[in-house]
Order: sequence, then C-alpha cells, then structure tokens
Amino acid sequence: MITLFVNGLEVSAEEGTTILELARSYGFPIPTLCHMDGLSPYGACRLCVVEIGEGSNAKLVSSCTYPVEEGLRVRTASSRVVRARRMILELLLASCPQSKTIQDLASAYDVHQQRFKQEYEDCILCGRCVRVCEEQMRAKAIGFRGRGERRSLGTPFDQKSEDCRLCGACMYVCPACQLRCTYTEPEKAICGGCANLSPPCLKKSSFDDLMCYMEPCVACEIKKD
Amino acid sequence: MNPDHIREIIDRHEGGKKGGMISILEEIQSHYSYLPEEALKIVAEKTGRSLVDLYGVATFYKAFSLKPRGEHLISVCLGTACHVRGGPRIAEEFERQLEIKAGETTKEGEVSLETVNCLGACALGPIVTVDGHYFSNVTPAKVKEIVHKARVGLDGVNIHTDERIFPIEVACAHCNHSLMDPHYYIDGYPSIKVTVSFEQKHGWVRLSCLYGSFSVEQEYEIPMEAVVNFFCPHCHAELRGALECFTCGAPMVPLSVRGEAGIIQICSRRGCKGHWLDLTG
Ligand code: FES
Ligand code: FES
Repeated sequence: MITLFVNGLEVSAEEGTTILELARSYGFPIPTLCHMDGLSPYGACRLCVVEIGEGSNAKLVSSCTYPVEEGLRVRTASSRVVRARRMILELLLASCPQSKTIQDLASAYDVHQQRFKQEYEDCILCGRCVRVCEEQMRAKAIGFRGRGERRSLGTPFDQKSEDCRLCGACMYVCPACQLRCTYTEPEKAICGGCANLSPPCLKKSSFDDLMCYMEPCVACEIKKD
Repeated sequence: MNPDHIREIIDRHEGGKKGGMISILEEIQSHYSYLPEEALKIVAEKTGRSLVDLYGVATFYKAFSLKPRGEHLISVCLGTACHVRGGPRIAEEFERQLEIKAGETTKEGEVSLETVNCLGACALGPIVTVDGHYFSNVTPAKVKEIVHKARVGLDGVNIHTDERIFPIEVACAHCNHSLMDPHYYIDGYPSIKVTVSFEQKHGWVRLSCLYGSFSVEQEYEIPMEAVVNFFCPHCHAELRGALECFTCGAPMVPLSVRGEAGIIQICSRRGCKGHWLDLTG
C-alpha cells in the first residue's frame, strides 16, 4: 500500500493505481475527456491535470496517466490547476464548439468565451474510438493517420475496412460527436444552459436561434418558481 | 508491383519480427518510389500487423509516400527559419512553374514537389533540395533555374556548381590567426593546416576547406577511428570545445569561420564525418 496526500487528506492506494482513480474513489472530482474506464490511459486531452509536489517543485501532470507515489502531495483543484483546465477548455471550444460534452465541461468551469480563432472540427483526436476499437472490439479498423496539423482519424486509404464490423462503438464513445449543441453560431453558444444553473433563457433575446433540448429545462423550472 | 517481390523483401527482414517494420517499408519505398496499397496489405498480412498501424506509420513519416513519386524530388523547406525568410513564396513559385501543388507529381512523372519542415541548414535559408542537393538563399527568381537543373538531373556531384559544397575560410578560435595555407591546395582550394598529436607524435594535417568535402592529407598516418588532439600551428593552443560529436561522441574541434562570423565544429575522430556549421553567431 502506498500512502499519499490528496488535497491535504492522507489516503492510501494499491501500487499502480493512477491519481485519477484514487481521487475519484475518494470523491474528489476530476474532469476527463480522453479517459474512459475500461480503456488504457492515453493522456491526450490534459483536462485531468492535477498539481503535484511542493513549492518550486510543484508541477502539473495528467492524473489519468500518473501512478501514485509514496508521500506524493496532490492538489486536484488548486488555482493553478483550475487556470490550466480553463485554458484547455477554451482551446477545445475553439476547435470543436459543437460538442455538448465540451460545452458542459466549459460551463462547469465558468468558461463563457474563448479567445482563439474559431474552428469547427469534428474531432479532438482524443483517441477514444481508436482504443475502443482495438481494446474492446478487437477489430483495429480505425487509427490515427498523418501527423501534426494533418493528424486525422479513419480507416486506411479511407476505404471501408474489412476489419470493421459496424459495431458503432467508436461513435458511442466519441465525446465530440455524441450529442451536438444545435446553435447556428457555435461560438456564441457557450451558454452552459445544460450544465449550470444560471438560466440562459432569461437572456433568450440574445440567443434567438437557440434550441433547448432540456426536458424539463432547469432554467425554465427555476423561472417558474 | 510484384507481390512475390514484396514477400521476398519481408522475408529478408525476418518477417518483420524484430520491429523491422520501418526498414521493410523503406525498402519497398526505395524500390517503387512509393508504397503501393497492395504492398501495404501484403505486409500487414504477412507480418500480422494491422493495416491501420502500417498506414499510420506510412502517413506519419515524410519519407514515405502513398502516391508514386516522380523521377526527381524537389523539397522546399517550410521550417520555422525558412518560413520567416520567405519559404512559402518559394513554394508557391515552384507550384506555379511546375503547375502542380506541393505533394503532387508532374504529369509525365518527372518531378515531384514537396514541402518539408527543416532540412538542417537554417542559417542559409530559404533552403530547397533537389534529389538531396542543397540550394541555399533561394529567391523566387532562382526557382526557374532550379527547376531546370532538377529536370536535367543533378546526380554527379560537381564541386563547382553544387551549392551544398562551398569553400570556407577558418581561423584559430584562440589567436584568430588564419589557418589557411595559401601554398598548398586541396580540391583546388587553399587547404586548412593544423597540428595534431596522436600517441606522442605531432604532425600536420591538411583539410579541404570545402564544406561538404572530407578530403584530408596528413604527415603521419592516423589510423581510422582514432581520436586526435588538434592544435593551432601559430599559438599552439589546443583546439577543443565543449561539444561532443553527434555521430560518434568524440570531442568536437571548433574553428572560427572568417567573413561569416560563425563557427564550424568538426569531429576529432579520424574518418568520422560529424560536423556542425553555425553561422548564426
Ligand atoms: S483524461 Fe487525462 S489527459 Fe485526458
Ligand atoms: S528551417 Fe529550413 S533548414 Fe531549418
């Protein structure tokens, strides 16, 4: 057993546990995007950053890939961590604003605007589909192609893959394409109506083409009272 | 493409067992000038690797191409240094003159154009290479000539026209005395003269001053692979820097380059071609 401190609390864990697993089992929430139970850790999105170490040695690491260490001091929600996560969320919103998962995370972190060039990517390259296809479906039909700016996901030669059994697992696990926010102008759409309780409908005039798919709508319920 | 030939290549690399995947792909690429789809499928089947992995590797490395490449390959550097010095304009000019986009090949399969990220000669940028020959400080006006040279073929290295070979003049990094020997020529240029010591023996060594030529002449035979100490023949200071050769780990010998205010480092091991030219200082 390894003893360490999470947010000042002394906790213990089996060797080989990741900080993420440990923190979650003790009820400290850590947001994740590329992590998925049952798949190997990948560390692509960096959303799960936590701060370890003390003073000038403190550094940010991705908790989903970092195994626990004896005497480690972990802070899951220090101001540095929150700042880093908010920046990551802004960047994610800049590339893939239509993902409901990302929108929800952003509003949970009080991010309402992003400062970068707006793009409308369909994919954030988190690699969940690649891992589910390989590790759970044992198919290895899709994978990463190219690199850098041109890195993309798909089948070899963009042809229908012989290994694919059309199981749909890749779509099921995708945080970017599961569910879309349906605004016409996604960059204005960081409303957070679905995740936070500040009712966006009060400002409905500025979100004219908004379609609410909450049932019942939290915001409207609050307004009714 | 001949499937049996591909199988033969795979067998030669022990069936891709010991992680020899890249060398298999390299051999196919060098033989066919690209990686044919069928070939990748055969490799996948025969080595038991998944096609996705192979495809990932083939698209990751710039050295591999999935489309047939032309007889001659023009690479335009768009690395950071060349980019700020106008690389993109050069690339556009090539695209215009060859009437193809980067990554494509002219109709008759003559010339392929590609952009790359750093060719390792940033100080001389913008850099263009044609079949491995370097052209430095390229301007849009020079593009036409380079295209012509590429079409004619640049294979035999001619030290007078090949721009990756150029003379440099060096001096001792301590006393700044010139190390050039105007009375003794190597490769048709004044040689660089230094003193070396090896196993208690001292003697002179003359090096070619052509960057890219590795000709040497020496007073005593120095065995290949031996590491020797270099001295300035004028101030007798030992020429020795803090760097180690990237290739073999022996100490590097710094010499200052006249006129360009730079440093050239050469490896002190006999026969090692490790060198490093830095003109940014
Ligand atoms: S969840 Fe840890 S990096 Fe994505
Ligand atoms: S950036 Fe062009 S050679 Fe390095």
